[in-house]
Amino acid sequence: MHPPLLTHNGVSLSTNLFTQQAKCCSKRFLGIRNKNKGLLLAPLFLAALIGMCSQARAADQTIIGLVTKTEVNPYFVKLRQAATAEAEKHGAKLIPRFGKFDGDNEGQVAAIENLISAGAKGILITPNNSTGVLGAVKKARDKGILVIALDTATDPLDAVDATLATDNFEAGVKQGEYARKTLGNKTPKLAMLDGTPGGTVDTLRHNGFLKGFGIKEGDPAIVGKQITHGAQDEGQTAMENLLSAHPDINVVYTINEPAAEGAYAAIKAAGKTNDIVLTSIDGGRLGVEYVKGGKIAATVMQFPKIMATRGVDYVVDYAKDGKKPTGFINTGSQLITDKPFPDLPSKDTKWGLENCWG
Amino acid sequence: MSVGTLPGPRRGVQPVSLGSAWPTLGPLLVLFVFSAVFSFSTRTFLAAGNLSLIVQQSVIVGTLSIGQTLIILTGGIDLANGAITVLATIVAGRLVNDQNNPALSLLFAIVICIFIGLLVGLLISRLGLPPFIVTLGFLGIVTAATRLIAQGGAFPVTDDLLSWTGNAFNLGGAAVTYGTVVMIGLYLLVSYLLTQTAWGRHIYAIGNNREAARLVGIPVQNRLLSVYCFAALLYGVAAWLALGRIPNADPNALQNGNLDSITAVVIGGTSLFGGRGNIWGTLTGTLIVSVLRNGLTLSGIDPLWQDLVTGILVISAVALDQISRRKQR
Amino acid sequence: MPTPGKIVLEARRIVKRYGHVTALNGADLELRAGEVLAVVGDNGAGKSTMIKVLCGAVIPDEGEVILDGQPVRFHNPLEPRKLGIETVFQDLAVAPALDIATNLFLGREIRCEGALGFWFRRLDKGRMRREAEQEMRALKFHLPSIDSAVENLSGGQRQGVAVARAAIFAKRLVIMDEPTAALGVRESGQVLNLIRTIRDRGLPVILISHNMPHVFEVADRIHIMRLGRRVALTNPQRHTMAQVVAIMTGAVPGDETSANAAADSF
Repeated sequence: MHPPLLTHNGVSLSTNLFTQQAKCCSKRFLGIRNKNKGLLLAPLFLAALIGMCSQARAADQTIIGLVTKTEVNPYFVKLRQAATAEAEKHGAKLIPRFGKFDGDNEGQVAAIENLISAGAKGILITPNNSTGVLGAVKKARDKGILVIALDTATDPLDAVDATLATDNFEAGVKQGEYARKTLGNKTPKLAMLDGTPGGTVDTLRHNGFLKGFGIKEGDPAIVGKQITHGAQDEGQTAMENLLSAHPDINVVYTINEPAAEGAYAAIKAAGKTNDIVLTSIDGGRLGVEYVKGGKIAATVMQFPKIMATRGVDYVVDYAKDGKKPTGFINTGSQLITDKPFPDLPSKDTKWGLENCWG
Repeated sequence: MSVGTLPGPRRGVQPVSLGSAWPTLGPLLVLFVFSAVFSFSTRTFLAAGNLSLIVQQSVIVGTLSIGQTLIILTGGIDLANGAITVLATIVAGRLVNDQNNPALSLLFAIVICIFIGLLVGLLISRLGLPPFIVTLGFLGIVTAATRLIAQGGAFPVTDDLLSWTGNAFNLGGAAVTYGTVVMIGLYLLVSYLLTQTAWGRHIYAIGNNREAARLVGIPVQNRLLSVYCFAALLYGVAAWLALGRIPNADPNALQNGNLDSITAVVIGGTSLFGGRGNIWGTLTGTLIVSVLRNGLTLSGIDPLWQDLVTGILVISAVALDQISRRKQR
Repeated sequence: MPTPGKIVLEARRIVKRYGHVTALNGADLELRAGEVLAVVGDNGAGKSTMIKVLCGAVIPDEGEVILDGQPVRFHNPLEPRKLGIETVFQDLAVAPALDIATNLFLGREIRCEGALGFWFRRLDKGRMRREAEQEMRALKFHLPSIDSAVENLSGGQRQGVAVARAAIFAKRLVIMDEPTAALGVRESGQVLNLIRTIRDRGLPVILISHNMPHVFEVADRIHIMRLGRRVALTNPQRHTMAQVVAIMTGAVPGDETSANAAADSF
């Protein structure tokens, strides 16, 4: 966890000791005689304590809400950390919330509603699904809250004030172009490891890749598609199955690097590391290292830190002078590979490691 | 309860026992304590708008939990409820996009739910398969069916009837959605069924001592079947409420519906072993989770604390249940 | 001595085999009005099987059961109940978390009259509660409160609830399978009192028990089984406990004829 959060925990722990006595008193007050049973009430008081020691001191502070998809994906963790640091720099308070799983629209809607209640000045959100949270977003904007979509655009785009995102289609195109070039004259046998069906980013990357690769959906070159939810284990299983069905696969699209890592394990087990071009997208530190170590031929890096910091900056500006950003703001993407082609702009893994998001 | 007068190996219960008081008072106490803490530590918690929000956020899980409570009372468990609700939203969402007959689409979605409930109930009551396994199987089946029907897409729902439950009227400055009214109505209905009808007593008796229920002549199999069908009907209604709350039928939604509803039921003081508990405890349990989520957001605390506290509550609830049962044996 | 009552329930030449094991080998049994008939026997003597036949849990291979002069055939435990035969099972058939009144009326709930009961299926809780209280008073069985959960009762009180339920709904007779097996001395006393009260109200009782003192305390006649048939029918005045045990275990041969004489003198 990052430093500010640690301080926060430290405070609550020390307060905890301080209020032990209070706990005992309350126990007597509630008339609970049995010692052991009383202990079971302790968690309740602990929870109460957590609430007490974190008074919302936000009266004079700008509150910025950040609603990410999940907390399991390191991408969103980095995004959150960057946003928190940037908010602190400006003396604003960042309240992070997240869905419980990819597709948890209900969780995200509840988070937005609660942030409105908390008096947030601006909300940065990575929507699960381009349409799922629009009702809550509208409620927030009606209350004069600046809503900026990060990483994923909404549909329609103007449902939010502004969108700070990687142009995922463009990023997919870069991935596809590179894959095609590496393949050279070989007849492509493409395997596609998708994320979550229906996800906006997933669709954009997928379609972008196909465009860059120069084929259309349904092209016979696509020998198989599998759902991985962007997870390593599912990526591995999917790749294993695809390889056993189509041993002649020679190029692989993956939705992100964990899925690519899983796919690599399957490819390696099949002894085909030299026959298959494995490409990915995202640009986490691990991903760049995979490229450096030769597991992945190339990845397309995006810049969540820029999304986070600029998002926070926009809200801070808005709180100051009421100025709102508008439209789609591309935070860019960068092809990372150590085997570059002169006509495809790319950076090497050294640069990648310096500039990656985690 | 001056039962301890008789000698013998079995002792009576102590006059005041936290264990026996927990099922009714415990959850309310927890809800009260959390609410009190958040009222003091934040300025907005008690605002009418915020309270209305908390209730709105409880509607879907709250409705799923009614069915879950009935099933758990019989000594079963339902792992497929969220998946069934999602299937219903997708069926309704897709049908209304294709046919534009909202009432029929909704009805059809609910009928599908009942049909699934019938299958689940038949497997459990007639073949005697464990509910855990049957509903685990149906979780997979229904989720896959949902994805097949959705074809990777989500269905935005604009129809007035399907999203009607999201509309609100004003009650003393707080917005109350029709979905909330529907949910409260369902709680009243089920409370009536459980406490005022023979059906309800049979549910408790089956969960409490299934063999005894059979011996006194309760048609155990039919009762179980009716519970699973009725619960599935409630899941269908939950789908309607879900479309009101988020007018977008998304195959990836509500993945934790099963666990969230079990959490609410257990925190609400209903015994996982069946036969004990009450429906209002479940509503309280649902509200506790929502109050936590809302209150922690208002206080700006890391949301992971919510899961942590919820986990502690679940274990405490089950531990108290276990202790009270051991005492009374 | 009371005059011998008419025969309420009779079993003739019952045979039940489980594979090669013959559990009942031409067993007879008769229960007369107004009596407590104790059925005793060593383990494996066939008394459990006999009871299961009478309460519909087991279908016999041969023989017939006659209830008030009419031959009957039971296929499941619900049929004898419809004919007014109630059974108290050894493993307490109560729902512990439910209150006493609910347990007494479980499976036979009374609904409100009129639309409330018919359309809304509403239970008449007040009436069930009143009737439960009344019955418990009539049975002279003291309970703390009709509203307390059965799990808060002592073992004897719980058994009392199960026995009372049978007594309330039995029209013809009550069968009890080891009702005092798990109870302490005073608790057993309560249940034995209950058995006497039931008999005095005119319901004959078949009591299966291992416990000789209990049998001698309440039984009017004692039906002794051995090796799948009745070997003797006696009464507590005619034989001592030691003699009954001796017949049960085969140390002394039972004598059906003399037993019947004993029965007639009852």
